[in-house]
Amino acid sequence: MSSKSKPVLTSSLGKKLIMSLTGLFLCSFLVVHLIGNLQLFKDDAGYAFNNYAYFMTHFTPIKVVSYLLYASIVIHAVYALILTRQNKAARPVGYYKSSGNENSKWNSRNMGILGTVILVFLVTHMQHFWWQYKFGTTPYVEYQTELATGNRQIIASDDLPSDYTGYKIYVNNGVEIVQSKDLYKQVAYIFQNPFIVLLYIVAMAALAFHLIHGFQSAFQTLGFNHRRYIGLVRGIGIWVFGIIIPIAFATMPLYFYFKSL
Amino acid sequence: MSKELNLTLKVWRQRNNKAKGQFVTIQANNIADDMSFLEMLDVVNEDLTRKGEDPIYFDHDCREGICGMCSLVINGRPHGPKEGTTTCQLHMRSFHDGQTIVIEPWRAAAFPVLKDLAVDRTAFDRIQQAGGYVNVNTGGVPDANTIPIPKRIADEAFESATCIGCGACVAACKNASAMLFVSAKVSQFALLPQGQTERYERAQAMVDQMDKEGFGSCTNTGACEAECPVGIKLTNIARLNREYLNAKIFRQEDVHS
Ligand code: SF4
Ligand code: FES
Repeated sequence: MSSKSKPVLTSSLGKKLIMSLTGLFLCSFLVVHLIGNLQLFKDDAGYAFNNYAYFMTHFTPIKVVSYLLYASIVIHAVYALILTRQNKAARPVGYYKSSGNENSKWNSRNMGILGTVILVFLVTHMQHFWWQYKFGTTPYVEYQTELATGNRQIIASDDLPSDYTGYKIYVNNGVEIVQSKDLYKQVAYIFQNPFIVLLYIVAMAALAFHLIHGFQSAFQTLGFNHRRYIGLVRGIGIWVFGIIIPIAFATMPLYFYFKSL
Repeated sequence: MSKELNLTLKVWRQRNNKAKGQFVTIQANNIADDMSFLEMLDVVNEDLTRKGEDPIYFDHDCREGICGMCSLVINGRPHGPKEGTTTCQLHMRSFHDGQTIVIEPWRAAAFPVLKDLAVDRTAFDRIQQAGGYVNVNTGGVPDANTIPIPKRIADEAFESATCIGCGACVAACKNASAMLFVSAKVSQFALLPQGQTERYERAQAMVDQMDKEGFGSCTNTGACEAECPVGIKLTNIARLNREYLNAKIFRQEDVHS
């Protein structure tokens, strides 16, 4: 037996290790993203959400993680492409009659299609919010909160005022003043469009099926199948990542759409 | 009482490795339903021979489900519609009178068609030769049970060792991946004390050879497990992943000289 010291990433198993690790990292992001976005449901004219949005885009450690995140998306997609091409080449002549559903689940065989839907969604999603927030035109809002009573006055406009120089938070005479881009209202505007709402729902369905297979598959690839805990992993994959998270995300566009009617 | 069936076969015919193949429709009449699938093909072949035509070329040997030679994708399923059987163990009572049966060879770049329905599975042999063995200095026969092995472990190793190397896992997998086969061969040694010395080299050598042969990678669809005639489990694949990654990332560089 000869043991060659080839680097791990040159093998098929090494490439799958990359798929597994980037996939799980992206899963962990979903949890954070969902919890943060639950603030959209607060009835405070976006006060909590807008402050949170500023924090997430300007706090350095989070910025670092977000670049890792973008890298993970790209790496996950690129390696999926490499592996898919290799896998296609492994069967140059297909079957005339193929059994498909009789020996495996549809979503497990179509992770690439599901992933592509998610990728297309991500691009539009980033354009709707991330791009608009950073470089585009967002509405403006100023919250004046009396610290003693909690009473809040809101001054909002659809455009940033000409003297706007960036997010500010300060206290003046017992009144907390927050001046910010109004991402909350941008969310509300975007989800007035029923087609966009539909796109988001379809994408969340794709995400659900992708993760019902993907989450437990990532653990299998890592070689994790502890007799006692593998059931927990499968349960989390189906219930948390396959059902609860996609449905919770899908309620956001629906909430804003029905609110706008 | 046995019934008789009249069947329409759509069979893949290919003169040799280089030739372009195609489906040929052949009538199989008066087939007793207690024949095995291979016996049915024997009958069809006798008929073809009598007519002076080339008989259908297919692999077989033991005809009792132990050698792994028989293959055939029958109506889209490796080894046919029944679970846990090889083609030689499949009986014609699984089909009904007047049915059309599509018969194709295993399809994989690593298993090139030799002729008609027979494919070259020596890629599996080369994977085995890369590491599917243990090196022992022979000498006197050791006493049985001198090396204690817990029953649970022995059973699991035995289950892995029941792989007959048929290649149905590759045929079933949408990626033509050989992971179930390789994982069974790695597991049977990884679990036992006799396999420890070469444990991590074995996992690497066999995976390297598997990649070299041009098999696809595993996407955990589970089709292999569903089609394996002897019930090799996906847990073997998790073990192979563990053995390989452990070897590559931790064990291999443990030795510093
Ligand atoms: S794992 Fe099962 S299907 Fe694959 S070669 Fe072994 S016996 Fe055949
Ligand atoms: S001929 Fe031996 S297993 Fe079928």
